[in-house]
Amino acid sequence: MSNKLIEINDLSAGYYGKPVIHHIQLTVYEGDFIGIIGPNGGGKTTFLKTIAGIIKPLSGSLKFYSPEGGLIENPKLGYLPQVNSFDKSFPISVEEVVLTGLLSAEGRLSRFKASDKEKVRKVLERLNINHLASKSIGELSGGQMQRVFLARAIVSEPWILLLDEPSTYADNRFEAELYELLAQLNEKMTILMVSHDLGMIPSYVKSIACVNGRLHYHPTPEITPEILRVYNCPIELITHGMVPHRVLSTHQENSSTDESY
Amino acid sequence: MNLIEPLGYVFFQHALIASVFSAIICGFIGAYIVARRMVFISGGITHASFGGMGLAYFFGFNYLLGAAIFALISALTVEYLSKRTEVREDSAIGMLWSLGMAIGIIFTFLTPGYAPNLMSALFGSILAVSNTELWLMAGLAVIIILFFVEFFPAILAVAFDIEYASTHHIPVNFINYSLISLIALAIVLNIRVSGIILVLAMMTIPPVTANLLTKRLKPMILLSIALGLAGNVLGLILSYLLNLPSGATIIVTHILIFGIIKLCKSVSKLTVHERIL
Repeated sequence: MSNKLIEINDLSAGYYGKPVIHHIQLTVYEGDFIGIIGPNGGGKTTFLKTIAGIIKPLSGSLKFYSPEGGLIENPKLGYLPQVNSFDKSFPISVEEVVLTGLLSAEGRLSRFKASDKEKVRKVLERLNINHLASKSIGELSGGQMQRVFLARAIVSEPWILLLDEPSTYADNRFEAELYELLAQLNEKMTILMVSHDLGMIPSYVKSIACVNGRLHYHPTPEITPEILRVYNCPIELITHGMVPHRVLSTHQENSSTDESY
Repeated sequence: MNLIEPLGYVFFQHALIASVFSAIICGFIGAYIVARRMVFISGGITHASFGGMGLAYFFGFNYLLGAAIFALISALTVEYLSKRTEVREDSAIGMLWSLGMAIGIIFTFLTPGYAPNLMSALFGSILAVSNTELWLMAGLAVIIILFFVEFFPAILAVAFDIEYASTHHIPVNFINYSLISLIALAIVLNIRVSGIILVLAMMTIPPVTANLLTKRLKPMILLSIALGLAGNVLGLILSYLLNLPSGATIIVTHILIFGIIKLCKSVSKLTVHERIL
């Protein structure tokens, strides 16, 4: 078995002392690709933000281990927030946004080196947005902005990648590209991804976590109405586009939309 | 019209030096508050500081000290309330804003006799800037420059996306509290130049004008300083020539510069558009 990177024990977290997620139990291992699903308001984003260190746990423990083993305080995380939470008129260029992904408490608070700019250039190239480097953030479309934030999340080559709805604004072409890229990144990075795109994620993720106040972990990537019902995960099973066959491993896809409420 | 003549007066030389420091301070701080949409917070801090002036006036100590204490307390309170509790930030600002004004009015009322400082507090008098005030402005300008040079990438990261910055273990609270304190001190020292009522314009108009020309924070700061300096000096000269109140004339000059650049930009866009057609 591979090394564990995150150990979550009886964790509760929320805002202003009021928990949104309760008694969460989860161990994340190196190489995992966990798809996080759940109803709106179920605490998916809260869960991700707690792991990212944005929200402090109210109770329970959240421990990180380095890939070499051993407990550590500040793991190398890459975080991609929901795109709609930004001030689009903020005066900042694409290059500057991605550079902030290289900031860290251990130095690099004051100045960037030429090698940092080189790293940014390479990441932008990998995401096919090199031509946007000097544009200001307000000039981008939603999909372009999402790529920029993905670039910022991966530029420091983190161990753990936390993605909150990375495909919200993606068009079909980028969506396919995105999932291919995530599969590549998963060879080096452990990924936790919040997604509403239940049609797409089962063919890419390795396991599923349903967050609805509590967290239910399902070690295989299948999403079936049964699983959703057992885990009390009231989400609608809507699929669109080409649905990979192995997702639909049950015989009840016709009635799935009705039963999953 | 003689432009050399006023340069012979010490008060006019002081006013010119004050214009320079004011432009530097307001360039950095103003670009930051405009970029981060903190104009309303700054308005709250400005008006809250009037409470400290009233108190200083009543008890007979330096008005700058009173204003600085009130500005700092209100700035830190707003920052704390909005981050730690459920009180909405704009509501908290609204309350502090009027509380400061109320305290100021009460103590000014209680102080016997005529209140000459009151008019200067409300409308400013750049021509009455003292030596001490110039040194304070110089000191603050140096601190602000050093802070921005040392921490610029971190400031940019925190201002743009505070949550993301915290995932990289950047000292987000240190940056935030330092900057809100610098904002408070910048406001207090600029009250001398343009008064409580107009100080916000000194902080916002040059950065907004600069933002027409650039969409990045660093050039926006540098342009704000240049535009601020141009507006301050030009406004000062105009106020001398036309015998008008200096603070108000400076603000009107800033607005004129904004209008001209906005107009030029619209016209050039139009011609580019026509060329394409």
